[in-house]
Amino acid sequence: MPALKHNGLTVELLAGETVLEALLRVGVNAPSSCRSGACQTCLMRVESGLPTAKSQEGLKDTLRAQGYFLPCVCVPDGDLVAAFPDADAVQRVPTRVIDVTPLNADIVRVRLAAPERFVYLAGQFLHLHHPGGAVRSYSLASLPSAVEPLEIHVRLIPGGQVSQWVHSELGAGDHVDIGGPAGSCFYVPGEPERSMLLVGTGSGLAPLFGILRDALNQGHSGRIVLIHGSLVAAGLYLVEEATALSRSHSNFRYVPTVLNEDGPNGSFRGQIIDAVTQEVPNPKGWRVYACGHPEMVKAVKRQMFLAGASLKDLYSDPFIIGSPPAVASD
Amino acid sequence: MATVYEQIGGAPAMDAAVDIFYRKVLSDESISHFFDAVDMERQAAKQKAFLTMAFGGPNTYTGKDMRTAHAHLVARGLNDDHFNAVAGHLKSTLEELNVPANLVADVLAVAESTRNDVLGR
Repeated sequence: MPALKHNGLTVELLAGETVLEALLRVGVNAPSSCRSGACQTCLMRVESGLPTAKSQEGLKDTLRAQGYFLPCVCVPDGDLVAAFPDADAVQRVPTRVIDVTPLNADIVRVRLAAPERFVYLAGQFLHLHHPGGAVRSYSLASLPSAVEPLEIHVRLIPGGQVSQWVHSELGAGDHVDIGGPAGSCFYVPGEPERSMLLVGTGSGLAPLFGILRDALNQGHSGRIVLIHGSLVAAGLYLVEEATALSRSHSNFRYVPTVLNEDGPNGSFRGQIIDAVTQEVPNPKGWRVYACGHPEMVKAVKRQMFLAGASLKDLYSDPFIIGSPPAVASD
Repeated sequence: MATVYEQIGGAPAMDAAVDIFYRKVLSDESISHFFDAVDMERQAAKQKAFLTMAFGGPNTYTGKDMRTAHAHLVARGLNDDHFNAVAGHLKSTLEELNVPANLVADVLAVAESTRNDVLGR
C-alpha cells in the first residue's frame, strides 16, 4: 500500500482508503465537509507524488497546475507527500532592491534581484516584509527568468505603513526580505486558442501585465483583451508599453478606460464594467482575470459569469487594503 | 437504475450543471439578494455539493448542515416563495440538461425533503 507523508508524519494507507480518511484515522485535524469531491473544503497540495485524476476534477486549472487536489476522493496509486494550502507561504528570503521608479503620481515600480530559490509564475504575489514586522502582498508583473528581476507595483496608501516606507525610504541597494510566492491568478498554458479577458484597476495592472507577457511569450494565439481602468487619465500607466504590445501582436487589444475624463487615443470613457460589456459581450469560453479594487473584481466576475463565462474560468486575487490576501480562500 | 448524477456524466458534468443552475439563481431578482454578500466561488462550491447530493451522487450532507447553513438567511426573511423559486430553477436546469421527467421528479423530491431544514422549521 502507498505511504502518505504529512507534516513529518508517515501513514501507511489501508486498501481503498482516501487521503482524508487516513489523516483523520491518525488524528490529524483535517478540515472537510461534503467528502464527495464537491465543496473543496479539504483542499490540499502535493509536495511530491501524483494526485489521482479524480481528486483534481472540478478544480481550477491554476490550482491543478500547482498540485492541489481533494484528499476526500483521493485513493493514491503511489506515495504522496501532502500539505495544507496555508503551509505554502512560509519561506522568507533576503533580496536586494535594484531600483524604485515612479509609474504615475501614486504608484511606484520596485524591482528586486530575484533570489535563486524564488520560483514563481507571472501574476502570483509575493509577501514584502517591512523591517518593523508588517507584511504586505504585492503581485508580480515580471516574468520568471534567469535575467529578469522581480517587479512589483506599489500604490501609496494614505496612512499605509508599508507603502509609505516603500515610497519614501526604499531605494537602490537596500536589502529587504520577501516571502511566497502565492496566488492562483496566472497564465495556464495548454489551450493557446482560448480567448482571455484581463481587467484591472490601479496597481491591479501588475499581475495582468505579467500574465499578458507570459501568454504572448508562450505563443498564445487566441484573443487577449486588456482593460485597465482609472478615475483620471493620469492614473493610467504602462500605456506606451501596452500600446506597443498591441501593435506587435494582432491578437492583443488594449483598452485604457477612464471614468471621469477623456483618456489617451482609443480609450474608453466611463465605468469599467461598461467597457467590459462592450469589449466582450459574449464571454462564453473566455478565461477572465480580474485584479484590483475588490468591488470591481466582484462586479466583473459576476457580470462575466451571468453573460456566459464558466465559474471555473474566473481568476482573481483581490487586493485588500491593509492585509495580505487569504492564500487558500480563492 | 442510473441516478441523475450518473446520467448526466458524473463529477465532470457537475460543473456545467452548477454553472447553469447558479446563473439562473443569480439572475432571479426575487432571490438574488440572498446571494449578494457571499463570495461567488465559495457559494458555487456549496451549490455543487448540494446538487451532487440531490442528483444521487456521493454525499454526506445532513439536515443539520442545511439548517445551520441557512439560519442567517431565515433571519433575513427566507421563506417558502424563495424556496419554490430555487426549486423551479433546479427543475429548469435539469430540463436544459435533457434529464428525463421521472428523474427530474426524483431530484425535486430530494430537494423538497430539505424544505423544513432550509427554512428552519
